[in-house]
Amino acid sequence: MKPFTRFASRVVALPNRNVDTDQIIPARFLKTTTKEGLDRQLFHDWRYDAEGHPRPDFVLNQPRARGAQILLAGDNFGCGSSREHAPWALTQFGFRAVISTSFADIFRQNSLKNSLLPVIVPADVHQELFALVERDPEMTLAVDLAGQKLEMPGGRAVEFPIDPFSRQCLLDGVDELGYILQHLPAIEEFEAGRAVPINTLAG
Amino acid sequence: MGMTLAEKILARASGRSAAAPDEVVVASIDLAMSHENADLVRKSFKEIGVARVWDPEKIVIILDHRVPAESEKTATTHKAIREFVREQGIRHFYDVGRGGICHQVLAENGHVKPGMVVVGTDSHTTTHGAFGAFAAGIGATEMAGVWTEGRLWFKVPSTIRILVSGEFPPWLSAKDLILYIIGQLGADGADYRAVEFDGPAIRNLTVASRMVLANLSMEMGAKAAFTPVEEIGPDADARYERVMEIDAAAVLGEPQIACPHAVDNVKPLSALREVPVDQAVLGSCTNGRLEDLEIAARLLAGKRVHERTRLIVIPASQRIYLEAMKLGYIQTLVEAGAMINPPGCGPCVGVHQGILAAGEVCISSTNRNFIGRMGSKDSEVYLASPAVVAASALAGHIAHPEEVEA
Repeated sequence: MKPFTRFASRVVALPNRNVDTDQIIPARFLKTTTKEGLDRQLFHDWRYDAEGHPRPDFVLNQPRARGAQILLAGDNFGCGSSREHAPWALTQFGFRAVISTSFADIFRQNSLKNSLLPVIVPADVHQELFALVERDPEMTLAVDLAGQKLEMPGGRAVEFPIDPFSRQCLLDGVDELGYILQHLPAIEEFEAGRAVPINTLAG
Repeated sequence: MGMTLAEKILARASGRSAAAPDEVVVASIDLAMSHENADLVRKSFKEIGVARVWDPEKIVIILDHRVPAESEKTATTHKAIREFVREQGIRHFYDVGRGGICHQVLAENGHVKPGMVVVGTDSHTTTHGAFGAFAAGIGATEMAGVWTEGRLWFKVPSTIRILVSGEFPPWLSAKDLILYIIGQLGADGADYRAVEFDGPAIRNLTVASRMVLANLSMEMGAKAAFTPVEEIGPDADARYERVMEIDAAAVLGEPQIACPHAVDNVKPLSALREVPVDQAVLGSCTNGRLEDLEIAARLLAGKRVHERTRLIVIPASQRIYLEAMKLGYIQTLVEAGAMINPPGCGPCVGVHQGILAAGEVCISSTNRNFIGRMGSKDSEVYLASPAVVAASALAGHIAHPEEVEA
């Protein structure tokens, strides 16, 4: 995982409420035995027609989506199944942040473990963002995780909540295991100084 | 100050005297369940690099999503899981033909006890709140951490208490009640909340029916859901975010149907025009238990499934299959023209037998009707009770059981 640095990007708007993980990546693609190549299946059934051709009316197929790293989504994004393939597909497509008023819990937790930042904004800001993207599809937003804020066009900043531990892991570009390994010298020093090894198999 | 059941269980599991909403606690995990995605957990676990799981006795693995293997990819996944459980000495492994749907198998083999903290790599893990456990779905990477450490942090959820009184009208069931509640609260109405069901109408329900309530609470975003047990309960002075009171007799005038393509798009049956049905599905972790097969057998006895409709029945477990066979339900259903699928998730998640074509309509006792959930993105799934599924299979359109009775 790479450190989550400040970035600015165009925004893909997907206003549907309650977008479930079956829409993000249909279950038939979960048979895969690897994590790779899921970007092609992101929003598969919205993105392609019956012959597998991209549907020009779907936002991810439009030029504005190319290179976009921010998904502006409707309320309660990511409800449904616990599949971790949902954040994998989103990040492999190139998204680094999803903005919504709320996220389903398991999806949000899975995202934080996979370098995808769920940004929770109040309803008025949410509506304003959709209006801004509607007016100017080239509009860019900056996501500043260190400052815990969204930088809106015109320079206004909107703060967003995130727990300090997840924030630090994302900033350092580590998952929970990586966080522990950052402290390896201290752990080894402690272990070396312990006189009697504890039998972890007992009790 | 009194505690809700979620607060009480999380406090105990984290070695504290009390816990309140929004506090973060680190809880010991009593039971960790996975299905086919155990293979993903296994891969993350190997990345962590420890040799052994924290406690092989507390891990249960049950193959159910794609059983028996329908493809080489799935067979490869199953094989990797079998090798892993042997390597780690995980005894509680339910292979093809030994179990059924994970949530049913966990329950009927007595793995879940009141007061436990249970996590599963399946969103419907909330089901086990019917046994007084704090049970929540988690992702695969999260589970790899649990396999390593046996602990997991939780933000203590606030609780919505739902008190249900009144008699259920004839033919109406726990499924109608929970669909009604989801329709009222919405798909995000219980996001990161615990839900406590109680009241005389709940206490009259069978355990199987209580499992339906806890199971489907996930579809309104619940972190965990509980129905009452004798061993542990909320304090009398517990604080709730909200208390809802429902009179089942008054609000459940008729069967409740979740219409395409959202579980909270709930309408009373009479609000639907006659909807012709291509496929009817009776099964899943929500409604594939003995009482569900029984009501279907009662409605279908001596009759034939409508010629334009196919009925697929999936007993939730081997044990239910066998019981239903002994009681004659299976014979009745087969004689009526039903096809019996092997115990497992079946077509519910759209990857196993019973997939829908474009333009087809399905009435189903399962738990999700999202676009493309059961096959083609141009198919439609209506969710209903087992009684309505069976009645619709007979009528060839979505029907009230009264319409086909006698």
